Amino acid sequence: MARATKILRNFYRDSVSLMQLSSTFAKLPGVEQASAIMASANNISLLKEAGLLGETIEAGPNDLLIALQGDDDALAAAMAAAESALNQNPPPMSGNGKSAAMAPRSIEMGLGEMVGANLALISTPGEYAAAEAFKALRLGLNVMLFSDNIELNDEIALKRFAQAHDLIVMGPDCGTAIINGIPLAFANVVRRGEIGVVAASGTGLQQVTCLIDRWGKGISQAIGTGGHDLHKDVGGISMLQGLKALAADQSTSVIVLISKPPSPEVAEHVLDVAGGAGKPVVVNFLGADPEGIRRPNVFAARTLEDAAAAAVALADGRQPEEGRPERPPFAMPPKLVPGQQYLRGLYSGGTFCYEASLLLKKSLGPIYSNTPVDPEDRLDDVWTSLGHTVIDLGDDLFTRGRPHPMIDHRLRNERILKEAGDPEVAVILLDVVLGYGSHPDPASEMAPVIQRAKALADRAGRHLVVVGSVCGTSLDPQDLFKQEAALRDAGVTLAESNAQAVRLAATVVLGPTTVGGMP
Amino acid sequence: MMQALFQEKLQVLNVGLSSFAESVARAGGTVLQIDWAPPAQGHQTVCRELAQLVNLPAVEEANQKAFDAYLSAQPVLRGIGIAGKVLPNMAERMILHGGPPIAWENMCGPMQGAIVGAILYEGWAKNTTGAWALASGGEVVLEPCHHHAAVGPMAGVISPSMPVWMVVDATHGNQAFSNFNEGIGRVLRFGANSPDVIDRLKWIEKVLGPTLRAGVETLGELDLKTLMAQALHMGDEVHNRNVAASSLFLKRLISALLKTDTPSADIAAAVDFIAGNDHFFLNLSMTACKAMLDAAHGVPGSSMVTAMARNGVEFGIRVSGAGDQWFTTRAPVVDGLFFPGYTTADAAPDLGDSAITETAGLGGFAMAASPAIIKFVGGTPQDAIDNTTAMAHITLGRNGAFTLPAMNFAGSPAGIDIRKVVDTGIQPIINTGIAHREAGVGQIGAGITRAPLACFTQAVSALATAMRGSQ
Repeated sequence: MARATKILRNFYRDSVSLMQLSSTFAKLPGVEQASAIMASANNISLLKEAGLLGETIEAGPNDLLIALQGDDDALAAAMAAAESALNQNPPPMSGNGKSAAMAPRSIEMGLGEMVGANLALISTPGEYAAAEAFKALRLGLNVMLFSDNIELNDEIALKRFAQAHDLIVMGPDCGTAIINGIPLAFANVVRRGEIGVVAASGTGLQQVTCLIDRWGKGISQAIGTGGHDLHKDVGGISMLQGLKALAADQSTSVIVLISKPPSPEVAEHVLDVAGGAGKPVVVNFLGADPEGIRRPNVFAARTLEDAAAAAVALADGRQPEEGRPERPPFAMPPKLVPGQQYLRGLYSGGTFCYEASLLLKKSLGPIYSNTPVDPEDRLDDVWTSLGHTVIDLGDDLFTRGRPHPMIDHRLRNERILKEAGDPEVAVILLDVVLGYGSHPDPASEMAPVIQRAKALADRAGRHLVVVGSVCGTSLDPQDLFKQEAALRDAGVTLAESNAQAVRLAATVVLGPTTVGGMP
Repeated sequence: MMQALFQEKLQVLNVGLSSFAESVARAGGTVLQIDWAPPAQGHQTVCRELAQLVNLPAVEEANQKAFDAYLSAQPVLRGIGIAGKVLPNMAERMILHGGPPIAWENMCGPMQGAIVGAILYEGWAKNTTGAWALASGGEVVLEPCHHHAAVGPMAGVISPSMPVWMVVDATHGNQAFSNFNEGIGRVLRFGANSPDVIDRLKWIEKVLGPTLRAGVETLGELDLKTLMAQALHMGDEVHNRNVAASSLFLKRLISALLKTDTPSADIAAAVDFIAGNDHFFLNLSMTACKAMLDAAHGVPGSSMVTAMARNGVEFGIRVSGAGDQWFTTRAPVVDGLFFPGYTTADAAPDLGDSAITETAGLGGFAMAASPAIIKFVGGTPQDAIDNTTAMAHITLGRNGAFTLPAMNFAGSPAGIDIRKVVDTGIQPIINTGIAHREAGVGQIGAGITRAPLACFTQAVSALATAMRGSQ
């Protein structure tokens, strides 16, 4: 171990700079210990105590002393490097003296930056989401709560707080909304117009808004409420707020309400308010008896498609048709072989799946599902179909640890091939959901697999029918027409809506003559 | 009302999936992405408690009151007294220490060394063995400075015979105290207790104290707030850099000293002592900060931090609305630059009451005033400004009395809000010296550390409980 010292006369540096230099010098190759200090008596004795200085040196407080300890052969080079570092000019300030502003770390901090913010879109993990929503409300923001797994008590507390402060909570588990023309979370690009929607179902809202767009009308506002809003303990707070806001909104001439059947007392209240809205209200409570809904100025729709059609008619000043005429029956008589008898629906949208079960059970009997209409039709093993089966692949059972099937097609593709290999399967029923948040090009994921599935059946001497619908618009990032064309090329028979696709699929199993019996 | 939203331009704060923000922007909407992470170190219960406190009128009103009291405080140096006579509730055999409460057997080396030194200085024991036995036998009462309206740097040891600065908040009348800065090297506050250390303490008691007392009496009340404000314009942040403030103080004092009938040799010794210690003003800066913050303490419902202090083992904070309660966690080791021959391995965890300066919006919070300090962690002057800017996100406001030239004379951010710390995860920054972990070695470096989040998380939980009780 050797030592080296160097004195730079009248070379002042402040103590912090020197400490910094010392730590730089200590990292030079072959250096064990290093110090750069002003050579005051006190500092010299410090260096001696540290073993960096042996001999007595002649230096004063205005002299800079470099002392190194390390490998004998490395010290000369290290000292030269140290000296040159001392003579370097300081580096310029980073970024021209400007630094990037710190990204906001909390809602409150964000509000400091965006003082006019009026909505918080919250998609944090569920266990933190209720707290974030409360903060947003306390800071005077409306909330769209995409996060799920929020306790009902929290939902009630959030919505009551919001209501008391003239704010709205869309959600929890609210997948989509369109506010002032801006699509939020999983939403489609639809034209603006005069039809306002309040929906307790995400894909339900997407289907209705997309069909309205397809049929030439537009959306004023589309408000999501989350699936539990019409639970009796929540009382439909958000739907009522949305309904009242749309009733008062001069840009809205027709209102559409969508939900699974609410608890009777909530339904009664919502329908009373709807009846007094002063403008026509179309109601689709999936699976509910239309007779219980109908009242002056309130129109019952049995399917999402019917709801969209009724709204378009009313916006045109026409009376909605009671039960839209059926689409032409299945044009291509399927060449099924004996034994091919079952329908298998593989859905990414929960409401589409539920709608399919509702429409099919009347004509086909039990429809097995992970989310059945009748509890006794629940599949014991969701990975294996039974008879007529429709599966919601967006269910928690399937999404644990993997992305939603609207984003990641692998799980559904595997299931398509599995169903294609089942000799009893006649038809596979699919949905494809476009819009912000969904896969950028779903047809590119699905088409090759569908072709393989059909080929597989062909090789086994069967004919596999694949029926589906694409929920989207031509302005969506994925482009509805491009997606439809690619799927048709792959042999998918497409309908405009899920309801029509379901009916087409049913005709494959039942034969075209019985289609009139479908609801 | 939702309907009102329809009339406005939609402006979205996006909390969570950033793809949602991109979609809103692509659709032509106005959106700001929040850089979100679970608050409160992920404690879900505290996240909920925090949510109940955000923008809660009772807390906002309490904070306004506490912050106004801090802003309007006028700390002035009123005189010099003897600890045993002037400190509130000071008992005969009592020694005060830095940081939150801690039992003798749990104290770090420097603090034990300093207490032994104070026992020797008081003459309660003849030698270190005897002093050690006295302390470990529980025959000396050990309490935090903060429980006696006092603050002390590092070990923060104050014993009854020591002269103390007496600062009063002229607005509210509350008093604050601190001991005298002994200089650097082998000193009591780093745990040294050898005869030369005791001799210096005796000299401070017999010569420096009386000399300065006479000078301060002649000078009349000295406004510390303006002196500190002036020092900020001269490159100090009055925590880790006090060279300007010490000079300003001495400049005021010299003429007053000469007007007293103190022997000129004593005046010369006092002036030499102060001139030779760039940190001399630190204890006055701390006392002034303590006075300003005590004015803000004790407002029920307030989430404003009124003390941050460390005892070399634990880091603790006190909150205006939480009374005498301390919220503590393990003290961090300071990141910084070390004197020759020392490394992080030699360092004691963070120590002393001096973070009272940051609590008052100075020190690390006023880093923009003192770019020299940022070099302890290898930063640029811009980093110093960035640090001050970041602190503004966790404070109730700015102190217009402490302006920062490099930031267009904006006031220094002050009044740490526990809610904002927990919500943003931005930790208060502290400029500080680093003590050797063994008693008596002294200061081995200096650097920058951050107040641990756990203290703030606990405090939020306690405040939420208190607010639930009051509703």
